[in-house]
Amino acid sequence: MAERCISLDSTLDSVEVAESAILSDAKEVGFQEEQLHQLGLAVRETMVNAVVHGNRYSSRKKVHVTVTKAHDRLTIVIADEGDGFDPSCVPNPLAEENLLSQSGRGLLLIQAFVDEFQVRRGQPRGTEIRMVKYLANAS
Amino acid sequence: MSVKLSNRQVGDVTVVDAAGRITLGEGASAFRDLIKDLAAKGTKKMLVNLSEVSYIDSSGIGEMVSSYTTVTNHGGQLKLLGLNKRVKDLLQITKLYTVFEVFDDEPSAIRSFA
Repeated sequence: MAERCISLDSTLDSVEVAESAILSDAKEVGFQEEQLHQLGLAVRETMVNAVVHGNRYSSRKKVHVTVTKAHDRLTIVIADEGDGFDPSCVPNPLAEENLLSQSGRGLLLIQAFVDEFQVRRGQPRGTEIRMVKYLANAS
Repeated sequence: MSVKLSNRQVGDVTVVDAAGRITLGEGASAFRDLIKDLAAKGTKKMLVNLSEVSYIDSSGIGEMVSSYTTVTNHGGQLKLLGLNKRVKDLLQITKLYTVFEVFDDEPSAIRSFA
């Protein structure tokens, strides 16, 4: 298994950098166009959450991205240095009363496009999102 | 690449043509500002043509929802045209297919505003 770790500034440019780097690794694993699109969107949404909600664009905080390539999957961990959050407190974007909300759909989309998804408290602080996409589950 | 926006009239329907990517930052903001501007000027029938939009993220979806709310709060209608499969999938996942009227061809979309 090959692993890559990068630490990025809390800017929207970093979203592009992370997406590009991870899709490069995903192509090496053998993911095809549709899965690459899904993975790219999941990474984008996770990075935006880390930059905007986790680190709040702070120049003092980094977003840490770890990508692990295996022959049949890609594992991605994206961690911010913010205050952490409780996923159970995020309003359900599919509830009738929230359908017309301007925001709040990021986590829903991430989970729709990866095969495994976990939210964990970062150490010593912040939030860590772990995602796995399997090569075989093409849809 | 960000989003390129333009608008034209087809009868009394304003068609907003979008091309590129509607994502957090410049793209989503430009989209929101144009729709808001048109609504403020009294545009009541708006058709957003997304046939040249290759990519939308949740922020782009959010601005589409916000635009819909802005137009309907002004007593108007906002409908969507030309979604590719990926954008349609996003609307399905987010249940926004139950909110937006979506069309695959412009003549049908224009007629629906009558």
